[in-house]
Amino acid sequence: METPMTAMVSDAAVGTDRRRSGRLRRNKKHRAQLVQREAEEGRSHERWRSELQHKLYSAKLMEALARLRLAGDGGGGGGGEEVRVVPTRGRTVRDAADRALAFAAKGRTRWSRAVLMTTANRVKLKFRRIRAGGGKGRLGVTGAGGGRWMGRKGKGKVSVGRLRGKGSAGVRRKVRELGSLVPGCRVEPMNVVLEEATDYIAALEMQVRTMSALAQLLSGGDSDAAPAAGHGHTSS
Amino acid sequence: MSSRRSRRQSASSGITDDQIADLVSRLQQLLPEIRSRRSDKVSAAMVLQETCSYIRSLHREVDDLSERLSELLATSDNAQAAIIRSLLTQ
Repeated sequence: METPMTAMVSDAAVGTDRRRSGRLRRNKKHRAQLVQREAEEGRSHERWRSELQHKLYSAKLMEALARLRLAGDGGGGGGGEEVRVVPTRGRTVRDAADRALAFAAKGRTRWSRAVLMTTANRVKLKFRRIRAGGGKGRLGVTGAGGGRWMGRKGKGKVSVGRLRGKGSAGVRRKVRELGSLVPGCRVEPMNVVLEEATDYIAALEMQVRTMSALAQLLSGGDSDAAPAAGHGHTSS
Repeated sequence: MSSRRSRRQSASSGITDDQIADLVSRLQQLLPEIRSRRSDKVSAAMVLQETCSYIRSLHREVDDLSERLSELLATSDNAQAAIIRSLLTQ
């Protein structure tokens, strides 16, 4: 009977073992650093696929959505004071979902921090930047340190076609384009953008899974047997 | 100028070609289309292009889903019943 925390840790340990055998031969001197960095950084794809993350996110999402004033019920009679919140209902839901997703990332990635900071808390932003100079520096070190080394070569190792120098114009342009898609990555160096994009894609996939499960649940479907949802009835 | 900049970048931050290639191949594993094709001759630019379009399609999907959810949540009794139901079945 494992607690979710233990499950996550053992997950990381197993992953570390599997990769350690491949990596040790090349990076003997960085061994200790390596293991620690791996555990810290987390394989984004597996992290966002874990059941725990799914449950956490869906709970957060439902809580956030329940708090939104979407219905024109008796409480929100005036359109005057709620103007800010109701530009488009879909947009509000989307923003709430993105915020919940960024929150689920626990601020370990740049995009999550950027999303959390560009919400309606613009007034607090000034103070947050000043005060979080030290805090963000700490987080930044973890993120950058994790990004500089990545040792994951899965079993199906596919090699990319030779890059004509990392600064090849086409590649650079594409990375820039990618950076404009991922929040908070417009002026970051290439490896940061790629790393963030990896995590961002995995997170988005989880978001889509969760939201579609939720939509199915709400539309009154018999989603008890939904395979990917596991929304209400996983027993772990 | 650009070559000078990239050289300086590599000197100061130690971003190597290998690192970039590794990151790109890692990204490639995530993409649904390229992974199924199993071709080893995928260029980095193509991977990045696929990544961009994949992210855009994910964004679109999230937008559609949030539209749907907003409509579903608008009927408050429906939402409350469903939320209560899901809480009970946990």
